[in-house]
Amino acid sequence: MLRYRRPSPGTQPGLLYPPYASSIKRAPTQPLIPLPHTHSETTGPYFPRDVVPPKAFDLTRQHKGEPLGERIVVSGRLLDEDGRPVPNSLVEIWQANAAGRYLHKADQHDAPLDPNFTGMGQTLTDDEGCYRFVTIRPGAYPWRNHYNAWRPQHIHFSVFGPAFATRLVTQMYFPGDPLLEFDPIYNSVPVESARKRLISVFDWATTTPEIALGFRFDIVLRGRNATPMER
Amino acid sequence: MSGETTPSQTVGPYFSIGFDWLNRTDLPHGAPSGQRVTIRGRILDGEGQPVPDACLELWQADTSGKYAQPENARAKSPDQEFFGFGRIPTNERGEFSFTTIKPGTVPGPDGRSQAPHIQIAVFMRGLLRRLVTRLYFPDDAAHATDHVLNLVPAGRRATLIARPIATEPQTLEWDIRLQGEHETVFFDC
Repeated sequence: MLRYRRPSPGTQPGLLYPPYASSIKRAPTQPLIPLPHTHSETTGPYFPRDVVPPKAFDLTRQHKGEPLGERIVVSGRLLDEDGRPVPNSLVEIWQANAAGRYLHKADQHDAPLDPNFTGMGQTLTDDEGCYRFVTIRPGAYPWRNHYNAWRPQHIHFSVFGPAFATRLVTQMYFPGDPLLEFDPIYNSVPVESARKRLISVFDWATTTPEIALGFRFDIVLRGRNATPMER
Repeated sequence: MSGETTPSQTVGPYFSIGFDWLNRTDLPHGAPSGQRVTIRGRILDGEGQPVPDACLELWQADTSGKYAQPENARAKSPDQEFFGFGRIPTNERGEFSFTTIKPGTVPGPDGRSQAPHIQIAVFMRGLLRRLVTRLYFPDDAAHATDHVLNLVPAGRRATLIARPIATEPQTLEWDIRLQGEHETVFFDC
C-alpha cells in the first residue's frame, strides 16, 4: 500500500501558537503519536455528483436578489504534491459577506447582514481537478484576539481528496491585503514560502468582461511515497 | 510539476455555515447489516469547559471490515450500502451524539488485523490543524494486538476506548479531552 508523505518541517502550522489566543486552551499538550497508514487512513469518503446541488457553486444566485459587493470568480485546481490532478473531490467554502459579517448567531460584528447572501458553496472537482465558484469579495472584520485585531479578507476552503489522510481545511487570502502582516492565523505557518501559497493570484484568464474579477487559488494535497515503507 | 501541501488553517467560529449541509449523525441511514450502536460524549478544553463550537468527522468500515469505495459500491444496493462517513457538530453544551454500526476488523500492517475502530477528525476554532484520534469499542480481546493501541503508552490507552453505559444498552460514552490529566491521545496522521 502507498503511504501519504509527511509535510516538510515548518510548512504546516503547529497546534499551539500563543499569538492565536484560542489555541492556548484547545491545543493538546502531549506529543502527537505518528499513525502508520493502513486502509483506515488511505481510504476516505467519496461523494457522488448528485450530493451537490447544481447551483451550489454560485453564491450570488442563492436568493431572490443579488448580494451586494464586488462579484468575483474564484477558481483553481486541486493537485497532489506530484502535480497530479485530484478529480471528483468535494470542495466546500464559506465566508463573510461584503460588509465583513457572517450569517451566524455568534457573529456580533456591527455590520449589516445581506438578505441575498448566505456565504456557503460546494462543488466537486472535474476530471482535471478544476473547481470554480462565483461569489462576492468578503469584507475584513474585527475579532477580539488582540487590541484592534482585524482578519484579512478570506474564504474558508474545505477539501476531502481521496483519503482520510488528505483531508484539508484552509483559508484563501487576497493579494496585497495589508492585514496579512498582522494576522496570527496566517502567520501561524512558520515558513514564509508556504504561507504565501495561501494567497490567491489575480487572474486575467478567468476575469469575465463586464461581470467579475477572477482570482486563482490552486490547492495541493499530500502526495504518496514512491515506495511503500513506514515504521 | 510538484508542490508542497497547502498549509492548514483553522475552521474558525463560523464553520457551521459551510459544514451543516453535510451533517450526518445517523450513519446507518438505511438498512445495512451490523450491530447498531449510539456513541455520545463531550469535548472539553484545557479548563474542563465544554466546547460548543466543534465538529467531528468520522470515517469507518462496515460490519465486514470494508471501507465504502466506488468499486465496492456497485455490488450493493443503496439500502445495503454503508457509507461510513459522519459529520457531527457539538451542541451548546459541548455534547455530541451519533448512531452507527460497529465496524468489523480491518487489515493492519504485517497481515495482522486491527481491532474495530472509528477514525475521528476534530475541527474547531483554536485548532490550526484538525486533530486525529481513534475510537475503539470496549472489552475487545483484539486490543492486545492492535498496532495503533500498542504505540500508545499503556496509561493513556483508556482515552481511546468508549465505555458502556449500564442503564442504556447499545450506547457508549466517549469524551474528548483536549488537555489535562486525561488528555485524549491524538495522532499525527
